[in-house]
Amino acid sequence: MTGDSTGSALSFVLKGGRVVDPASGVDRNLDVRIDGEIVVDVGENLPADGSEVLDCRGAVIAPGFVDLHVHFREPGGEESETIESGSRAAAAGGFVAVCPMPNTDPPQDNASSVEFVWRRGRDVGLVDVYPVGAITAGRRGAELALMGEMHRSAAKVRMFSDDGDPVPTAQLMRRALEYSTAFDAVIIEHAEDPSMRDGEMHEGGVSAVLGLRAIPAEAEEICVQRDVALARMTGARLHIAHTSTAGGVEAVRRAKAGGIKVTCEVTPHHLALTDEMVRTYDASFKVAPPLRSDDHVSALKEAIADGTVDAIATDHAPHAAHIKDREFEYAPCGMVGLETALGVVLTELVEPGICGLDRVVDLMSTGPSRILGAPEHGGPIQAGRPANIVVFDPETTWTVEGSGLHSRSRNTPFAGRKLRGRVVHTLLRGAFTVREGELQR
Amino acid sequence: MSADQPNVRTAARHPEHLLSIADLGRDDIADIMATASSFEAIGEREIKKVPTLRGRTVVNLFYESSTRTRVSFELAAKRLSADVINVSADASSVRKGESLRDTARTLRALGADAIVLRHPAAGAPAMLARLTDARVINAGDGAHEHPTQALLDIYTVQKHLGRLEGVRVGIVGDIVHSRVARSNALGFRRIGADVVLIAPPTLLPLEVNALGCRWTHDLDAELGELDVVYLLRMQRERHREPLIPSEHEFTQGFGLTRERLARLAPGAVVMHPGPMNRGVELDWEAAESEVALVEAQVSAGVAVRMALIYMLLGGQPAEVAS
Repeated sequence: MTGDSTGSALSFVLKGGRVVDPASGVDRNLDVRIDGEIVVDVGENLPADGSEVLDCRGAVIAPGFVDLHVHFREPGGEESETIESGSRAAAAGGFVAVCPMPNTDPPQDNASSVEFVWRRGRDVGLVDVYPVGAITAGRRGAELALMGEMHRSAAKVRMFSDDGDPVPTAQLMRRALEYSTAFDAVIIEHAEDPSMRDGEMHEGGVSAVLGLRAIPAEAEEICVQRDVALARMTGARLHIAHTSTAGGVEAVRRAKAGGIKVTCEVTPHHLALTDEMVRTYDASFKVAPPLRSDDHVSALKEAIADGTVDAIATDHAPHAAHIKDREFEYAPCGMVGLETALGVVLTELVEPGICGLDRVVDLMSTGPSRILGAPEHGGPIQAGRPANIVVFDPETTWTVEGSGLHSRSRNTPFAGRKLRGRVVHTLLRGAFTVREGELQR
Repeated sequence: MSADQPNVRTAARHPEHLLSIADLGRDDIADIMATASSFEAIGEREIKKVPTLRGRTVVNLFYESSTRTRVSFELAAKRLSADVINVSADASSVRKGESLRDTARTLRALGADAIVLRHPAAGAPAMLARLTDARVINAGDGAHEHPTQALLDIYTVQKHLGRLEGVRVGIVGDIVHSRVARSNALGFRRIGADVVLIAPPTLLPLEVNALGCRWTHDLDAELGELDVVYLLRMQRERHREPLIPSEHEFTQGFGLTRERLARLAPGAVVMHPGPMNRGVELDWEAAESEVALVEAQVSAGVAVRMALIYMLLGGQPAEVAS
C-alpha cells in the first residue's frame, strides 16, 4: 500500500468496481475518481493521471450506508458504548452516517444535549452523527420536548423519537405530529401499544412453552394503525421504527397507498432470527420489539421485495456483558448490529433472491438518507458530489465473533454465524475511515 | 409415541441436567420410577440412609421460599449421604446485586456436584447449566417448568392407579402461569397418558396447541371421563392484570366443588401440587376426601428426588436394590 490516505483526503481512482447507485439508477462496472472530498468523475476506463489506483474488481461501489437507528449510550452509558466506539463500529460496517436515539442519561431532549452528541460525533469524525431528539420532555411521555429548540440548534435535529417507549396516548402523539409539521420533521415511533407490552418475547407457541410473559404481534399493529390515522389527520411525516410484524408492514403498505406520509424501517435481526432462538433462554436474543415467528419474518421479506419498507436500520443497542448476560427476564433488550448489518442483509435477502443489490443499497443508504433529509448522503455518485462511499465485497464469507467487533459491547446474536459480504473501504468525504477492511483510527 | 416425542435411549446415557421434563425420554422416566420404588422401600426402614453419594456435594439454591420442595430435596440428598448445602437468596436482592452468574462461579469454585435451583425467572436453570460444571436440577423456574413435580406426580399416579398408559389426566385452572401445568402436560404425555387442559380462555396461553395437548373450557363435559383431576393453584401473585371476573366465578366453572366431587368417575383421583387455595380450586371437603392424593404426592417427592439425583450423579438403576 502506498502513501497515507488517512485523514486528509487525496486523489485516487476506484477502479473496475460495480457501481450500484439507486439515486442515479446506475448499476454497472465503472471507475470513480475522487479528488479531495468530492467525486470528480465517474466513467469507463478513467486514466490514472498520476493518482493512486485502487483495484475494485469484484467489489461493489455504493453510496455509504446511513443508519436511522443506533444507540451510542453516551452520555450515561459509556460502559456499554461511547460516541467514539460506536462511530468505529459504524465505519467498520460501511456506514457514513448514523442517527443516535435520545434514550441516553440524561436524555437528548433539549438543544444543549443534542449539540453535545452532535459535537462529539464531529470531533470523532468517523461518521456523520445526526442526533434524534426526544418527542417528550425527559422521554416521560407527558409533555412535548423542546423540539423547535433542538431543530434550530447546531445539531439541526430533524427526527424525533421516544424510542424504547411508544408515545403513550393518541392525543399526545397527535400534538407531536402536528407540532413537527412546522419544521417538516419526522416523528419516529416505537410502535407497541403501551397496555400490551408487558412481556419479554413474542407471544405465540414458543412463549406458551417457555412460560415467559409475551407481547403479541397485535401490540405493534394496533399502535401503527393509531399513528397512521393521526398522520393522515395531521399531514405530518411518520416513520415506524423496527417494524417487526405482518400487521405492521401491512398497515404501512395500506397507508402509503392512501397517500399518507409514512415510512418504515426493518432491522437485520428481525429478518434473520425468530422466536425459536429464545428456547435457549440466552439473553443475546432479547430485543424490543421481540424476535417474531416465521410467518412475520416472511411478511417482512415480502414487504422489502414489494417496496413497502424504506430502510434497513440496525437498532444497534450495545450492553456491557454483566448488564446483558442475566436471567432472560431481567436482562435489558438490545443487540449490537452495525458490523453485521451488511452481512446479514446480503445473506438473508440477496443470497435467497428476495431482492437485488440495488435494492439493498436503496434500503441501507438512499432510502434512509431521504427520510433523514441528508442530501449529502445516499448518492448519487456523480461528479461534484461529496465522496461518501462504501466499497464492499458481496461474496466473501466470514464468521462473526464477538471479540472481533469494534463496539465496546459484544452482545451480538450472530456469534458463530457465517455471513456473506464484507466491507473493503469506507470513505467519508474522500477520507478513508476503513481501508482494505482495516479501521483507520 | 408420536414423532415429536423423541425416545432415544443410549445405554445408561442419561441427560446431564434436568431443566425441562422434556430432557427425559420415556425410558429415563421409567428408570426413575423403578429406582424411586426401591428408594421408597429404604424410606420405610428404620435406618433410612444409603452411602451411595458419600463425599458428593448437593447445593439447594433457592431464590424463592418453598419449604415443601426444599425440604424434600434436602432429605433426598441426605438419605443418599451427600453433603447438602442450603443457600437461600432473596430474589429482590438478586435483581439488584449479586447475579446468578457470580453465584454460579462461586459454587463452581467450591466444587458442587449438583445444584438444585428454584428461581422466579423462567430459564434461570438453563443459564446456570451454561455457567457451571455441576449437574443442574430445575426445582421450579418462573412460569416455565417444575419437572420433579411432574416426576413425583407420575410416580403417584402409577402407584395408585397401577398404570400410566392411556390414563386420562385433566389439568385444571391457572394453566398460563403454572410451571406445574407445563411439566405435567409434557411429562404425562411422554409416558403415554391422555392429557386435557381445562381452563377459562384467559388462563390458557395464546397458542396453547404448542403444549401438545387437547384443551377445553368445559370442565363438566370432561369430569366423568377423567382418571386424574389435577387442580392447579391460582397464582394470584403472577396476575398483573384482571384475568377472571372473580375467584367465585372461577370456582363456579372450574372448581372441584362437592357436587363435582360426587360426579367423578369410579376410581378417579384428585391431585394438587400445593399449597391449596381451599374454596377456590377445590372445596375443603374435596381436599380432605379419600380420593385426594395430596399427601401421597408429598411423600413420593423424597423417593423420586433421590432417584433423580442418583441418576444425574452417575448411578445405574440396577445398583440400587443392594
